[in-house]
Amino acid sequence: MTRYILRRLLQAIPVFLGTTFLIYFMVFAMPGDPVLAMFGDKTPNPTQLENLRAQYNLDQPFIVQYLLYLKGVFTGDLGETFSGQEVSEVLRRTFPVTLKLVLMAVVIEFLLSVVIGLVSGLREGKFVDNLNVVVALVLTSIPAFVAMFLAQYFIGIKLGWAPVTVGANATWGAMFLPALVIALTVYVTGMRLMRGSVIEARNEDYVRTAYAKGLTSRRIIPVHVARNSLIPVVTNTAASFGALIAGTTITEGIFNIPGVGNTLYQAIIRGETPTVVSFVTILTIVYVVVNILVDLLYAVLDPRIRYV
Amino acid sequence: MSERPMTHYVAPVGDGGPVEVDKVSLGSRRSNLWLDAWRDLRRRPLFYIALAIVAVILVASFWPSLFTSVPPNNDCMLANSNGAPEAGHPLGFTRQGCDVYSRIVWGARTSMSVGVLVVIITGAIGIPMGALAGYYGGRLDSILSRIGDVFFSVPYFLAAIVVMSVFSQYRNVVTISFAIGGFAWASLARIVRAEVLRLKGLEYVTASTALGRSKLSTLVQHVLPNSLTPVIVFLTIALGAAIVAEASLSFLGIGLGSSTMSWGNDISQAQQTIKTSPMALFWPSLALTVTVLAFIMLGELVRDALDPKARARR
Repeated sequence: MTRYILRRLLQAIPVFLGTTFLIYFMVFAMPGDPVLAMFGDKTPNPTQLENLRAQYNLDQPFIVQYLLYLKGVFTGDLGETFSGQEVSEVLRRTFPVTLKLVLMAVVIEFLLSVVIGLVSGLREGKFVDNLNVVVALVLTSIPAFVAMFLAQYFIGIKLGWAPVTVGANATWGAMFLPALVIALTVYVTGMRLMRGSVIEARNEDYVRTAYAKGLTSRRIIPVHVARNSLIPVVTNTAASFGALIAGTTITEGIFNIPGVGNTLYQAIIRGETPTVVSFVTILTIVYVVVNILVDLLYAVLDPRIRYV
Repeated sequence: MSERPMTHYVAPVGDGGPVEVDKVSLGSRRSNLWLDAWRDLRRRPLFYIALAIVAVILVASFWPSLFTSVPPNNDCMLANSNGAPEAGHPLGFTRQGCDVYSRIVWGARTSMSVGVLVVIITGAIGIPMGALAGYYGGRLDSILSRIGDVFFSVPYFLAAIVVMSVFSQYRNVVTISFAIGGFAWASLARIVRAEVLRLKGLEYVTASTALGRSKLSTLVQHVLPNSLTPVIVFLTIALGAAIVAEASLSFLGIGLGSSTMSWGNDISQAQQTIKTSPMALFWPSLALTVTVLAFIMLGELVRDALDPKARARR
């Protein structure tokens, strides 16, 4: 087990270096004056330009710039946002909100996957199953931001069941609607896994044996069918965790949730490229780290992986 | 040559005359993976629906004037701001007083161009990367796969955000397609690599090199064509996903410039008036969703049709 963990961590090093290098490279190796380009259509004043050049060590060779930047990442010095706040300070404030939102979304996603997948799998080919397959297809096709607007309009504005936007006070209740919408746009993968393995499990010998020895469906379905079908759903849900944290930009922007994604959203809208880049880097690092943790979790759950 | 000259006859117990047991009729219909898939697809109504939607969108993006007589961008009158539908303007007006319907028709071209370009870019990078890594193995595989891992580990929407923010002066269809396709190829490379790994040990591949064909030529002539099945499915679905990515970026204001007619731009602008005129938001969203649905449906139907196990279950 220790060897597996070590190997997995070692494998993560090139990925970590590569991703940060890639983002850094895109921004700083582009043609023209990178600092000027950061401002887009706006005209920066000379002091701003000079400060930015100093901040990104632009007088140094490219590799030195990158290494200095990495040093900053490891020592917790993540630079400043456009308005002069410490990035690490902003993270401390916003990350818990995003985590709360994503945790809620993941729990709902898991429940939807398991319940709908189980019902659909048990009724394979019947009306409920066909309906579910069609609904799933439509739900995967609705772009997240369209789904958000639909929810905002019908549930927030028309029915008034939930606040239209969340605002500063991000309570569990206020974030339920956005979390539900996120879950609805991603549950389909898990639901299909559950449905597939339920269908498979129903034809297994051990299920037939269970019926043959006189057990009722009430006992066989939860104990023999559902429990064995859960493993792929658990791993899929865990895997979606990182992607959801990295993907909250639009959700938090539309619902005005004060999380990391919203900070990024605001920076994009205002065209503050340096802030955009540092938050994208942070979200990418979080994504990479979460995926490593998920891999290690697999190894704990499923001993077969450790010996591959 | 419809029947073999030699057949074996067996007299079944209790019955009348002898019966042919191993007659091989070469005249019976041919069967291979694609033919079976095609026969299966032709029986599914959803396939025709998806195909029809895709056809309409393609026609609209090549000849938008077939669908609307309103020229792009020049009939906008603020007097019509958020106006209700009227004769000649079936879906009403946007906040700027532009005709919603004609903007949707003209927006189809933008979405399709981005979708097709992203598919080309994704394929052009992903297929060679995966094929070379899988076929040659060894050190080349390690290098290419590590590069792929890096691109795979950056969530591609975030990467596109960075590219589009950095290249803010060049917001056009080509830039946005590279921003999306330049990071979406890693998943395809993994799929191709796995497929090539599976195929390269098969006899016909060995036979090809044994007959003197070079390794590269064998890869291109025999291995790649046979590994295309999952690639086609992936790219069909990727086309839909690319359209969503473009709309999402435009929605964030870092996609295409506001002068370009794009569903994402329309949605982004209509968002500000969600309370007063939700329909201006609804129509482009519907166009976007239906288009994506058509491509995802097509991809999934083809995948199902190509999977003998899934076919047998139905």
